[in-house]
Amino acid sequence: MAEIPSKLADTLDAFAMIGDRGERIQLLIDIANRFREVPPEIAQRPFDKEHQVPACESQAYVWGERRPDGTLDFHFAVENPQGVSAKAMAAVLRDTASGAPLEQVAGISQDVVYKIFGNELSMGKSMGLMGMVGMVSTLARKAQEEGG
Amino acid sequence: MSEIESRGYAHPDALVSTEWVAQHLNDPAVRLVESNEDPLVYPQGHIPGAVEVDWTRDLNDPLRRDYLGREGFEALARRIGIERDTTVVFYGDRNNWWATYALWVFQLFGHDKVKVMDGGSLKWHQEGRPLTTDVPAYPATHYKAADRDDSRIRAFRDQVLKHVEGKGRLIDVRSPEEYTGERLHMPAYPNEGALRGGHIPGAANVPWARAVNEDGTFKTSEELRGLYENGAGLSPKDDVVVYCRIGERSSHTWFVLTRLLGYDRVRNYDGSWTEWGNLVGVPIER
Repeated sequence: MAEIPSKLADTLDAFAMIGDRGERIQLLIDIANRFREVPPEIAQRPFDKEHQVPACESQAYVWGERRPDGTLDFHFAVENPQGVSAKAMAAVLRDTASGAPLEQVAGISQDVVYKIFGNELSMGKSMGLMGMVGMVSTLARKAQEEGG
Repeated sequence: MSEIESRGYAHPDALVSTEWVAQHLNDPAVRLVESNEDPLVYPQGHIPGAVEVDWTRDLNDPLRRDYLGREGFEALARRIGIERDTTVVFYGDRNNWWATYALWVFQLFGHDKVKVMDGGSLKWHQEGRPLTTDVPAYPATHYKAADRDDSRIRAFRDQVLKHVEGKGRLIDVRSPEEYTGERLHMPAYPNEGALRGGHIPGAANVPWARAVNEDGTFKTSEELRGLYENGAGLSPKDDVVVYCRIGERSSHTWFVLTRLLGYDRVRNYDGSWTEWGNLVGVPIER
């Protein structure tokens, strides 16, 4: 099994150290504040539905931009202005999966959602966040198939 | 006449405006309760003085699929510092979807002085009204709740089966893709928590969010009647069961039908599709 991207492993380690719900929430809010929307040279509204994350009530979109070394930079949009969790998930994925080896990104398990957000997530919420992870993995797998 | 009253609702006092809330921030007879779909929204900033009621942690029994019992509700009410005569105003993210769910659970325990802030937290944010990250603490009360009454506004699976057999009215408030069962068959979609896709036989599909405008405020009674009566064939005397996936979105429709349109006999089937779609021996329709 491929290793997970090293920056993602570091992030998961940081969340694993947290015992307190309040601390986890504060860390997630800080991460959500780092969210940056997809730059206009990559995509503009109305966004192509092909890039929309299935089952995400916050209407998240994902794009993969090829780097010269063949890896992908990931970009996100979250159309719900109050989609704080979706923005946190997007910021984590952008910062940890961008530039990572494609086979590692393709192998990211959707369980990372629980490692980041904890086990108290509602089913609907976890499905949307898992959908974001799944979309990133799918883009990496497609890029692998297409080759560098 | 206020703008909300001009919309022609059966119970216009079920809604309050953001301005009304702004004027009652320090009213001891009023408690603001924020309930969200996204657990990060309240900690990031809420209306000053508002407490959070979280569906997962506060309203459900942790060990059985059910709501909290009378003692649990009393503990919750005491913690958020309300008395039986406190007016509780619910609001939240996602067009008040989870706010109406919390309101519905409060009604199971007979707390009838409940209202919804029209437009929810997004409207409050967009109007540039004050927000805080301070979590208020209120002196604990000695709240005594009534026993939970599931008979009036809640439906269980056996009752729903009888309702189906008796050709009773049902409204499925999920998306059209969930209603047709298409979503469960789409490979890219995660499992919806049900073995089969489709809907309860005879149910009409009116997605819950059609009841609100783009800014999150509720549509007028005339527009709502167009949706539920002209569109889905309901009439105010009907015995209606509403459902979705776990009963949260349908509590929004329950609020619209009972409080805004004045229907007397509407029950929320909180088992919803995660129960019906997995039940042995019950029919579905696609």
